[in-house]
Amino acid sequence: MIHFVLLISRQGKVRLTKWYSPHTQKERTKVIRELSGMILSRGPKLCNFLEWRGLKVVYKRYASLYFCMCVDADDNELETLEIIHHFVEILDRYFGNVCELDLIFNFHKAYYILDEVLIAGELQETSKKSVARVIAAQDTLIEHAKEQSSSLSNIIAQATK
Amino acid sequence: MESWASDIMKKAFKQGSQGTVDQLKTLGRELAMGSQGSSKDFLDLVKAIGESKSKAEEERIILAEIEHLKKRIMEPDVPRKKMKEYIIRLVYVEMLGHDASFGYIYAVKMTHDDNLLCKKSGYLATTLFLNEDHDLIILIVNTMQKDLKSDNYLVVSAALTAVCKLINEETIPAVLPQVVDLLGHPKEHVRKKAVMALHRFHQRSPSSVSHLLIKFRQILCDKDPSVMSAALCALFDLVLSDVKAFKNLTASFVSILKQVAEHRLPKAYDYHRTPAPFVQIKILKILALLGAGDRHTSENMYSVLLEVIKRSEPGKGEPGSNISNAILYECICTITAIVANPKLLGTAAEITSRLLKSNNHNYKYMGIDALGRVIQIDPDFAEQHQLAVIDCLEDEDDTLKRKTLDLLYRMTKSANVEVIVERMISYMRTLSDAHTKTDIASRIIELAERFAPSNQWFIQTMNQVFELAGDLVPAKVAHDLMRLLAKGAGEDDEEADSLLRSSAVESYLQLLGEPKLPSILLQVVCWVLGEYGTADGTHSADDIIGKLCDVAESHPGDIAVKGYAITAITKICAFEIGAGRQVQLIPECRSFIDDLLASHATDLQQRAYELQVFLGLTPDIVQKVLPVNGSGVDIEIDRELPFLQEFVDSALANGARPYFHENERLDMDSGISSFVGSSRSQQEPSHALRFEAYETPTVPIPSGSSSTAPPSLLPDFQEAKPESPRSLRNHLAADNSQVDLLGPEVSRLRLDGVQRKWGRPSASSQPSLAATSDFEQEIERRDSGVSEGASSIRENPPAAVPMYDPRNFEKKKAQPEIPAEKQRLAASLFGGSSTQKAANGVKASKPAANLRPGEKSAPPRPVTTQSQQASSPLMDLMDMTSGDSFPADPPAKPAYDPFKELEGLLDRPSTAASSTPAAPQTSSIDFMSLYDSAPVISHTTTSSTSDTDFLSLDHTSRSGMDALNGPQAGLMDLNELPVTSPLGGLAGLVQPNPSSSTGLQEKKGPSLHNSLQKDAASRQVGVTPTGANPALFQDLFG
Repeated sequence: MIHFVLLISRQGKVRLTKWYSPHTQKERTKVIRELSGMILSRGPKLCNFLEWRGLKVVYKRYASLYFCMCVDADDNELETLEIIHHFVEILDRYFGNVCELDLIFNFHKAYYILDEVLIAGELQETSKKSVARVIAAQDTLIEHAKEQSSSLSNIIAQATK
Repeated sequence: MESWASDIMKKAFKQGSQGTVDQLKTLGRELAMGSQGSSKDFLDLVKAIGESKSKAEEERIILAEIEHLKKRIMEPDVPRKKMKEYIIRLVYVEMLGHDASFGYIYAVKMTHDDNLLCKKSGYLATTLFLNEDHDLIILIVNTMQKDLKSDNYLVVSAALTAVCKLINEETIPAVLPQVVDLLGHPKEHVRKKAVMALHRFHQRSPSSVSHLLIKFRQILCDKDPSVMSAALCALFDLVLSDVKAFKNLTASFVSILKQVAEHRLPKAYDYHRTPAPFVQIKILKILALLGAGDRHTSENMYSVLLEVIKRSEPGKGEPGSNISNAILYECICTITAIVANPKLLGTAAEITSRLLKSNNHNYKYMGIDALGRVIQIDPDFAEQHQLAVIDCLEDEDDTLKRKTLDLLYRMTKSANVEVIVERMISYMRTLSDAHTKTDIASRIIELAERFAPSNQWFIQTMNQVFELAGDLVPAKVAHDLMRLLAKGAGEDDEEADSLLRSSAVESYLQLLGEPKLPSILLQVVCWVLGEYGTADGTHSADDIIGKLCDVAESHPGDIAVKGYAITAITKICAFEIGAGRQVQLIPECRSFIDDLLASHATDLQQRAYELQVFLGLTPDIVQKVLPVNGSGVDIEIDRELPFLQEFVDSALANGARPYFHENERLDMDSGISSFVGSSRSQQEPSHALRFEAYETPTVPIPSGSSSTAPPSLLPDFQEAKPESPRSLRNHLAADNSQVDLLGPEVSRLRLDGVQRKWGRPSASSQPSLAATSDFEQEIERRDSGVSEGASSIRENPPAAVPMYDPRNFEKKKAQPEIPAEKQRLAASLFGGSSTQKAANGVKASKPAANLRPGEKSAPPRPVTTQSQQASSPLMDLMDMTSGDSFPADPPAKPAYDPFKELEGLLDRPSTAASSTPAAPQTSSIDFMSLYDSAPVISHTTTSSTSDTDFLSLDHTSRSGMDALNGPQAGLMDLNELPVTSPLGGLAGLVQPNPSSSTGLQEKKGPSLHNSLQKDAASRQVGVTPTGANPALFQDLFG
């Protein structure tokens, strides 16, 4: 089972946290501080796993973001590594070449996507397509909201041409 | 901001645009974001946080934001869209580690919204904010129920997501029917989530969904793969809890796995061209559970496992992708978990070798783990890979190193324990993290205890562990170490033992030079120095005492260390006195003692007084109380108390009523005793809630002339566990102050009154029986405590005899082209058989806790005459109403005035000594000798306990409990038992004078008994005794 998911920037700033097992706010802060210290200080060639308090933390760096998942000691680390990658691929597909900025400003979207990938600490959807489909269905509902201000983004789009 | 910039730059290069354009793009993104409902405020906030240079600045911004939100969110009529944004901002605040609890209720409110978007935001926020036991959850349940029935599948799935996170054990029934209905929903997306929700319910409270387990089996056949894979999560948990019930699903799992491996699932489930790897891994995990220890089931899996491996195996020379290696690793796990098949095992070994040889650290890590699994089945396999293992051990990667140590820990046997433990200790040196340290320390201790080649090594290793891990080591380890030193090697080889001890003393004296030592190590040091510091004669008592004073001085705040130190000083002084030498305390010790005499810690104070008392005693008493090397002696107590048999017989012959066990007695008089019994039973499960109704109170029937005890007093007596000393004392006193002239009537009246005060309530109806039983129970209790302690010592030797591992395998020497250093390490780790045999030889001298029969017990017999004498005062123990049921008392005793009688009840008055010429002086000593002659000889726990029991009530309750503490207590003697320390025994010896005991008990705080006692004593001695009057002791004993 996945106990929590953390996204930390290279500077140690938190970009997203999701907790699947109960932690108080105090514990959360402590865990984040502790783990970001441990993960950020590790060299690039070392393995992507950490043994931590009887659990295992699997992390992977994408550009300036570290994606971390904490799993049980008897879980398959390589699999967890691929779950992270799976999530990143879905983000990438959704945002179109995802970057940290997307996650900073649209963190709630990232949460929605994460909710479609993982549920209750287990991987629930292994098909990228079906995740994309559900998220798209939600987005069509807010399409009209987008349209309201589309004029503005059109101006920008023209300016960037 | 740099990170953003770098990202942006990267993208800019990718798209071939220029920096300015890129900035515009960023702006565009932000605006697009704004268009989705976020205001400029929020964007500014996110930007400000991103740009903040320091943690403090970020903190400030967030605190301002919280203030702002607090104000805004509480305004009436916040537009819906605005509210949604506030909630998102709250999530942001909370994500950054601040408390946003003021807004939780708004998030909950948001879930009620009809707009899907708002609802989703509400659910998202609540799932992020609330834990499953939060009070607000009850407010969402209703919304969830409604949403689960919604027509819009997006609403349903949003609700299901929230259900998975928020529903707790109590609220499961509220949504369970809806969730079960959703299992038949046309959208696979909803079905899948419903399955996950059910799984979650099962995790939370298995009983709530136990009737639905069959559903999971059905879902396994769902036509949609994502629903099926969701069911696998649940089935894994179910199989884990009950393998047998799911054996019949093996064929289904195997066929699913086969289909998945053969690429029959839709392309969408491929992951990097591997067919549904996550499903494969999940099924492999389940198969591992099903096949474990079941040959028939395992055989059904062999072919599919081979198939999976074949399809995942990368081509020759390729490292393979992460995901295929993940599957292969999972296959190894399954192969090693099920009943082994040689062919599969060979394949597993091959994969393991490949992983180990990889340059990728991740694969190496997995390889080490796989190796650990493979060698559990085929130990010889480790040999081929010893060099790879050593490489990993020396790798700079901490995770890999730790994993390798983990592997070595599992491979440890007596041949290689020294090398491995050395490695672990040197690794521990590099650690700063308390968690890991505790972990490694406990492993080292375990290995050292199991495989220690010699006591010397064991002690050295333990010292290192204490030094490095300090107070992370459980106290029990320190006690075990002390016990090992006390018991020696377990053979009658006194010389080796004393050699061991003096080497320990030497090493500890050296260790004291170190600047900073953990408290627990200092405790051991103090104990060892106290016990053996002067034993071999190389160090003078003054030297050791000086060192001990230094230790205590440098740790002013550590009461435990101080206690150990003062006790150690006491012991050294006692040994000196016992050896007939004059003890002249060095000035710093004097001041240390003075310090403690005024200490606020009563324990330290007590110890200091005890030391002072010792200094004034004659050698033969001291020798008896604190014998040299007394801590290695075990105490055995015969629960039958055979030495009392004669006395019991004579009492019975004289017409005393026989003893009934408490249970029998309860049957006999249900009135009061049921009351007692119930209050008893309430006491035992101390903190548990009682759900059944209380019994109707039965009014106790007063029997004879005794009236019932005031109820308010009862609990006190129930609480004070070891009552025996009280009743014992009462009886003693009753005997001494027995007044036949006044007739039975009077005496009985008086005794009843006392009984009400000091005895258990049952005694007022059946005084004699109750009192007797008190005594016997107490003895029993104490006995069982001690014998438990003793037996657990025997069962848990400090360092168990090493387990001989028949699978120990021989190892060839490492290949020649390897550097000599590594070869040696490899050889020592993977060991040769010759070394192992040698080690086995050494093993014999293991630190085993064999009891030396010679010391174990002193024969209880030789004191029959004394016990005979003692029996006269003891008589009355057995019979409370001695007045009437015990007619054979000598009539010569003079009458006393009631006051004196009262005193008599409380303590043995010294006036009695004068009036009854034979009795008290002798009888008190008899008591001592009686117990002395019982198997209890040394100053260890029980002996002092039993002695103390005669003296002091306050002490006994604690000592009784301490005696029950088991092995530690048994070992810790003086140190562990604050009150029962040598003075207990001492007091037993000098008991006849009540003032001494009063003085000692004085500082124990006010109690009715104490004040009465004091009063009695003061009238006898003619002074008001105070605890802080050491001269009094000197006068009395000197």
